[in-house]
Amino acid sequence: MPKTLFDKLWDAHVVGDLGDGNALLYIDRIFLHERTGSVALKSLEEGGRKVRFPAHVFGVMDHIVDTQIGRTDTTQMPSGKQFISAMRSGCNWAGIRLFDINDPDQGIVHVISPEKGIVLPGLSLVCPDSHTCSQGAFGALAWGIGSSEAEHALATNTLRAAKPKALRITINGDTDNNVTAKDIILAVIAKIGTNGAAGYAIEFTGSAVDAMDMEARMTLCNMAVELSAFTAIIAPDATTVSYLKNKEYAPKGAMWEQAKADWKTLKSDPSALFSQTIEINASDIKTMVSWGTSPEQSVTATSRVPTPQSKDDEQALIYMDLVPEIRLSDIKIDAAFIGSCTNGRLSDLRAAAAILKNNHIKENITAICVPGSMAVKMAAEAEGLDKIFTEAGFEWRLPGCSMCFYAGGESFGPNARVISTTNRNFENRQGPGTRTHIASPATVAASAINGKICGPNELETGR
Amino acid sequence: MKSVNVIRGVAAPMFEANVDTDVIIPSREMKQVSKTGLSKGLFAGRRYMNFETREINPSFVLNQPEFSSAVILLTDQNFGCGSSREHAVWALLEYGIQAIIAPSFGSIFYKNCINNGLLPATMDRSTVMNLVKQSGSEFAISLSNQTITVAGQFSVTFDINESDKKLLMAGLDPIDQALTYSKEIEAFETARQTSHPWLVL
Repeated sequence: MPKTLFDKLWDAHVVGDLGDGNALLYIDRIFLHERTGSVALKSLEEGGRKVRFPAHVFGVMDHIVDTQIGRTDTTQMPSGKQFISAMRSGCNWAGIRLFDINDPDQGIVHVISPEKGIVLPGLSLVCPDSHTCSQGAFGALAWGIGSSEAEHALATNTLRAAKPKALRITINGDTDNNVTAKDIILAVIAKIGTNGAAGYAIEFTGSAVDAMDMEARMTLCNMAVELSAFTAIIAPDATTVSYLKNKEYAPKGAMWEQAKADWKTLKSDPSALFSQTIEINASDIKTMVSWGTSPEQSVTATSRVPTPQSKDDEQALIYMDLVPEIRLSDIKIDAAFIGSCTNGRLSDLRAAAAILKNNHIKENITAICVPGSMAVKMAAEAEGLDKIFTEAGFEWRLPGCSMCFYAGGESFGPNARVISTTNRNFENRQGPGTRTHIASPATVAASAINGKICGPNELETGR
Repeated sequence: MKSVNVIRGVAAPMFEANVDTDVIIPSREMKQVSKTGLSKGLFAGRRYMNFETREINPSFVLNQPEFSSAVILLTDQNFGCGSSREHAVWALLEYGIQAIIAPSFGSIFYKNCINNGLLPATMDRSTVMNLVKQSGSEFAISLSNQTITVAGQFSVTFDINESDKKLLMAGLDPIDQALTYSKEIEAFETARQTSHPWLVL
């Protein structure tokens, strides 16, 4: 019977059918971070259990760590240090490789896992972090779990799971100038809703996906959880293979050749059946920006805030302090943020820098760039991107999740209106009362220069 | 883990779609490396007028006298979407919420419920809306019968996956359950290391 890529990945990991609609799946890699990993390790130790395969488990400090230059274990959130200490001692107890605060490979989990070649096509990888779906871009079975499930995976190298249905989203065609993977995924979420892929694993296919580099593919898969999908995947191809070559934990020599041959089989069979299919024309997609408190509340940057269709819409407008029918281009912003597991990679910083070069952000705007990892930061600095950011008025910081949320206590403050490359515009997500508009790096850069929400193609500058 | 079967008490209406785990427990409320001490942070962004002074917001449903002892929440689709933080489930349980009734749940949140003995009861949206109208009344949930009886009068049924129901009712530890498959896990692992040697670090 023809199989989808998801069928192949799933079937390859079934240790046993539990006979109740659930399978026991083998887990090849586990990644932990200090926010939810620390509690899993602590609970495991207290329960008298052990990490079954420590060489296949990795830890990182990314969620709570400070991003200020010269940082220490002390964070702006008073209790943050506790999580950092617990993570360090937990990893030490379990014998896990930890990418600690000042490790040259430290960074956001979904940025460093690919950089180090920890995620590979065909393997299963879990992390107690909902954006683990980002790593499905490599054709891996990667999904986000809770802390109890992390304990389960650590103790048994398995997880109990019911197989989701398969949804194929095909994106064909060429995108307009400055229309990015972020705009595409926001357009998909706006079209099918935040509950639109509940119960499904998404496979992204199509010429627009084939044309994307790995970083753009990760951005696309990153926000699958914002569609309530179990995860997302993209079949590995030459782009995937060339990205992974010579990465530290990727196979080398004869093993590399053997792995590459196996990865060629990781694609949906031509006649494989999907429970649902959606076709998107990439050339129809324009620059997208969110106006509300859910990623589905997103529209094109040149349009207007819609008239509310529900109580939820009304509540979102109140929180966002917006009125219906106002043009997005008339909305003034107070702050701009570039970073996160969605858009904190080198290509994202390059896209923003291309807009910021020889420009300056509007006065009274606070703008911060947090590279996704130490490696991204170093590569960006080698190209002089840091200078472009700082000369344009951005602050240039150390890697971490930072202002994607308020875990470390970093925030632009109550009522601040932020345009942000992050993934969630939820109420209070970026700090109490902070209002978030999510967009692509180019759009954030253009808006910071303009002082009001502005797509990169609409930016008029003195250049 | 405590076994779940009969749940009785007040149901509070919070009929809103996409209530995310940042709303259930904001990041700033997760102050310790612990599964406890979280109930005061439950719905903190809604429950208090000011998160620092903890001044009560009287209009928030759980602050209203008739719902202050609620053990059940009635909500709209995709409850618990967003961040994987299990603290959302720990905070709900510690506060005293034992069941959530909704048309659908965020998938990681749903798993977290099962792993901690919080009942996620699924039913179609119109039935939840009918229950919302009865929300001042005494609800009685029977997990074994998959029914919810309101004020001892009418009953509705709810959906739950058979295996999740068993885990909740037996209060079994999922890790102990999986460890009964130790031999199969080892055999699978050995075979996988042979067929996919590049995966061994």
